[in-house]
Amino acid sequence: MANGSLITDEMRELIGKTLDTIVFKVEEGAIQRYAQAIGDPNPLFNDPDYASKTKYGRLIAPPGFTGWPTKAGRPTEKLFAFLVKAGAPSRILDGGIEFEFVEPIGAGDVLTATSKISKVSERETKLGKTMFTTAEVTYVNQKGNVVLRSWATIIQF
Amino acid sequence: MAKQICYEDVEVGSEVTPLPKIATTRMLVQWAGASGDFNPLHYEEDFAKAMGVGAPIVHGALKRAWLGQLMTDWIGEEGKLKKLSCQYRGMDYPRKMKTMEEPGDGETWWCKGKVTKKYEEGGEHLVECEIWVENGKGDRTTPGSAVAALPARKQK
Repeated sequence: MANGSLITDEMRELIGKTLDTIVFKVEEGAIQRYAQAIGDPNPLFNDPDYASKTKYGRLIAPPGFTGWPTKAGRPTEKLFAFLVKAGAPSRILDGGIEFEFVEPIGAGDVLTATSKISKVSERETKLGKTMFTTAEVTYVNQKGNVVLRSWATIIQF
Repeated sequence: MAKQICYEDVEVGSEVTPLPKIATTRMLVQWAGASGDFNPLHYEEDFAKAMGVGAPIVHGALKRAWLGQLMTDWIGEEGKLKKLSCQYRGMDYPRKMKTMEEPGDGETWWCKGKVTKKYEEGGEHLVECEIWVENGKGDRTTPGSAVAALPARKQK
């Protein structure tokens, strides 16, 4: 390990291990409130009667919604705690996210989200010595199908 | 709903129909409740100052959700969004409210995009797009990309 590295052996040992599992219930009202907060009038996300007559058969969630509270970082909060405990800096920024949408998520679904750290790197930025962690979350529905994968970038400095 | 767009309707360089948005303090409160992100960075002046961002900022995830709408509006009900990613590069500051419902003066954000690639794979007709949110000054605070499958017209 290079001198002064932010990344410890303890952190490296966390990579690839499932560190957290959360169950989300996707409720109709929560989907509607989420769509309204975006300002998205799409009837697939707002109107259960309309949506039930489409190929989806029920109200579906806007991209990225997985049940309340859904803030994209939630399944990664515990990962952040693991990292801080392993000696990572505690000032944090949300760097961005990547989603792969595999199957639609809709009202009535129950999703199990498992989270792991898939990558850790560091470099000098204008914030000083900065650590970048990729937190990978896989969402599986009640039928056992993977419906969504996400990779969030956690920035610590 | 708008007319369904098909794979044959787009070329590399085609524009994704732009979507205007106005972030307000009210919208941020609504987003906090609907998403469950209650970080005071997005509603508490002193806290935001202490965190070094000057004033409460728009949630990155809200801008990401706007980009989701940009894509689902454009690809229509028969389109299928396969991938979406974005980076939270620049801070955005919401407009204050003038009345209960009406935003005060200030900037308007635009979600925009253009097609960078079109290809067939695994029996699907796919388009890859560069997408972004730009602020009133034209800065791209939230750049990203998306991949969607579009319906194809019937073969000759």
